[in-house]
Formats: sequence, structure tokens, C-alpha cells
Amino acid sequence: MPTPWRLGGALLLAAVLAGCATVSNPDPRDPWEPMNRATFEFNDAVDRAVLKPAAEGYRFVLPEVVRTGIRNFFSNLQDPWIALNQLLQGKVERALDDASRFLWNSTLGLGGVLDVATDMRLPKHNEDFGQTLAVWGVDSGPYLVIPILGPSTVRDAAGIAVATQAYLPWQLPKWLDFNYQTTWQWSLTGLDLVQTRANLLDATNLLEQAALDRYTFVRDAYFQRRRNLIYDGNPPPLPASDDKPAEAPNAPPMDAGVPAVEDTQREDPPATAPPGETASPFRLVEPRVPASSSDALSNDADAVAPAR
Amino acid sequence: MNRFLGFLIGTLAALLVPAAFAEDLPPDALVKTVTEEVISIIKQDKDIQAGNPQKSIALVEQKVLPHFNFARMTALAMGVNWRKATPEQQQLLVEQFRTLLVRTYSTALSAYRNQVIDFKPLRAPAADADVVVRSEVKQSGTEPVSIDYNLEKTSGGWKVYDVAVGGVSLVTTYRDAFASEVRNTGIEGLIKALAEKNRKLEPKAG
Repeated sequence: MPTPWRLGGALLLAAVLAGCATVSNPDPRDPWEPMNRATFEFNDAVDRAVLKPAAEGYRFVLPEVVRTGIRNFFSNLQDPWIALNQLLQGKVERALDDASRFLWNSTLGLGGVLDVATDMRLPKHNEDFGQTLAVWGVDSGPYLVIPILGPSTVRDAAGIAVATQAYLPWQLPKWLDFNYQTTWQWSLTGLDLVQTRANLLDATNLLEQAALDRYTFVRDAYFQRRRNLIYDGNPPPLPASDDKPAEAPNAPPMDAGVPAVEDTQREDPPATAPPGETASPFRLVEPRVPASSSDALSNDADAVAPAR
Repeated sequence: MNRFLGFLIGTLAALLVPAAFAEDLPPDALVKTVTEEVISIIKQDKDIQAGNPQKSIALVEQKVLPHFNFARMTALAMGVNWRKATPEQQQLLVEQFRTLLVRTYSTALSAYRNQVIDFKPLRAPAADADVVVRSEVKQSGTEPVSIDYNLEKTSGGWKVYDVAVGGVSLVTTYRDAFASEVRNTGIEGLIKALAEKNRKLEPKAG
């Protein structure tokens, strides 16, 4: 355990020392780019040497039915934590849906191997503690690439740290006092890591093809994805910026109502996070658990604004 | 013989009809028709499923490409730098970007495995000339992934100018990449980088 971390630390340090002068035009969201790039390279090396081959072997050896069962099993173990986060964000109805998912899938779905809840019109949701912090008004903070786990932000990393306490493949063997407890913990966590990587094989192969610079591609996609998740798939349109896209051939003038093509996607509206004002990684405002989710989201900017 | 002729004519008609009607279709129907057509072809074609690049590229060029406005897409991805490019540079950028997207898209198609795609009702008023068509890919044990198409009305029918998967917009993601390339190496540098990328992705046998 200490060896890879020490190696990672040495790499990080070397990168910070060497990298200070290499980024001439930093992204305001990514002030630690030299360090992050080094971690990205490190993760890539680990992935090429260990994780990706393991995931490819997993996909080669096991038939699709078995892999789907395993994916469902680990997905089911996330649902109680997802339900709790819904509750913390004030989304009571969704919390009940996710709790029902867990109950139905754990019983009728044979311990989560079958996702029967989706067919009962209880679709899977995507929530985590990082999103909960965002709904409470915590700013994303700088972009942060975490060793092994990959792209994140300071806020989302804090969310992951909290979530480890609710990570059932690790905690269940402890709580239920299994025989060979540590063997169970490591086997389940390892299997989860490999099956998660296997689910991402197509996506990462695509990324390899599509990106001019994989680092910035992943970073930009991460910020857009998180913004989308925080607003449960319906982010408000970004305010128009003065850096207007040029007219295109046979194209009408830009329509401000189209969120996807507005300039410089930021996770928060510029009113709350102007570029250049990144003095503190966190900007905490009064925790605000709203009565309904739509209320919280439409007023999100207002909730943060008084803090400055 | 007669039966064969009938079959041939039927097939030809089936091929021609969607092309003739595509210009008149409303945007949501257009995206749905094209998606369903492409999926039914992939399902029947073992070569595409196995990842044959020539066949999936041909599929994309025939069925998908005509409904995209690559010039608009490239201009949006270039942002302010679009106006700084000469007409010749603009043309090269559109060509290279189009090649890159076709190659990437055709790889994505060969990863398709029987996922169910749902289309959502169009929310925009019928008179709008710029709409978002929303769809969702469903798979057991994972939350549905949204695929949103931005379309605009042109004289040649509705054309897609951006696609967002799970909230990640193609145009926006490339915009930052293009901007940093232009900052470091200029517009010529970006054209070279795109051409280099495409050369590496060249299908082996082609």
C-alpha cells in the first residue's frame, strides 16, 4: 500500500516543480493543471498496465448476461446512498423511489442481480454527496485529478471521502461481521473496480479517437457532466457571454435560448463564479434544503449571490 | 423472376422514400426515423457489430451525414477564432472536423448493443426554427443516458448542429480544445493537428 502512494507523491512533486512554467494560459477552473496532468499521466500508466487489461479480460471471459448481473448487483448497493442524498437535497419523492428500487431489487431481483425496479417504472438515478454539496451551495472548487479514481473537483473529492463510509461492498462485510472479512472487502471492491472499468471500455476507446488532447477533453466533459447531474438533466441556460461565437454560413444569429452552444460552460453561472475570482477553493453559503428541487435550482444563483 | 423484380423495386422504393421525405419531416420525426433506420441496419450487419470501420463509415456517410450542418458545427466550435480564419482555412477546418467526427461516430455505432432508445415529445413551439430533440438510451442497472440533438431549420430541411450526450455537448467540448490549440499554434496549427489526428485514425485497409 505505501509504495504506490509514495511513488505517486514523488511524481506529483516532480510535476509541480517542473510544471510551473509550462501552462501559459490556464483554465480558471484548473489552477493546478501541472499537478493534475501528472496525476492524469500516472493514472493512465496504471490503467494501461493493470486496470484496462483486467477489464478486457473480464469482458472476454464472462458472457454478457453475467456481466449485466454483476453490474446490477453493485448498482443496487449504491441505491440506499443515492436515496439518502435525494433526501439531503430535499427530493423526497425521488428518495422514496430509490429506496423502493433497493427493496424490490434486493428481494424480487435476487440480491440486486436483476434490475426489476426499472421495469416497474422506478428508473435508476444518479446522485452522490458531491452533488448534494452543490445543491447546498458549495462551489466546485478547483479541478482535481485523484490518483486511480480520476477526474474530480475539490468539492466532489470531499463528497467521495464522505461516501467511502457508505460504500457497501466495503462496509457490509464489516457490519454483518463476515468470516474472512478483509478478503471479502478487497475482493468485492476489486471486482467493482474491474467491472466499472469494463463498463467504460467503449467510452474510453472513443475518447482515445475523438480527443486532440485527452486531458482537456476529459476535464471539459467532466464539468459539463457534473453540471448536468447537479441539475438532474435540466440545467438552466447559461447566460450569454461577450465572447460570442461567430456567424456561421447559412446560420441565423445565435439564439440565447440554446444552452448547449453557449460559450464557456461553467458549472455555476458567471454571476457566482467570475473567472479570475478563484481566491478560495470553497465558497460556503448557508446550507439550504429547499422544499422542492425545482425551487432550489431556479433560485440557485440567488442563493449564492448574497454571500459575496 | 417477377417476384425478384418486385422485391428489387420495393427495396429501391424503401431506399428512396426516406430521402425524399426527409426534407419535409418535422425535427423530432426526422431524428427518430434516422436513428431507427441506422439501428435496424446495425442489428442486421455482423460486420458493423464486429467493428468493420469501412462499413460503419459508409453507413454514417449515407444515412447520418446528410442531416448534419458541419459548417455551422465547426463555426460554433471555433468560436471567436472562426472570423480570424480565411475562407480557405475555414473550408479545411470543416473538412477535417467532419472527417474526425465521422470516424468517431462510426466507432460509437459498432459499440451499440441492443440498448433501447426512447424519444421524448418535442417541447418547442411548432414555429421555432431552432429546436432540441431529446432522447434517452436505456440500459439495465444504469441510469438512462440522455442524447440531445440541436437542430435548425434550413432550406434543405432540418439539420443537426450539436449533439449532447449526458449533458456533454460535442461543440462545447471541442471549443475549449480548439481554442487552446489556436492559442498555442495558431489556426494553421489547429488544421495540422486535426489532419494529423485523422491520418492516425485512417482505417488500415482503406
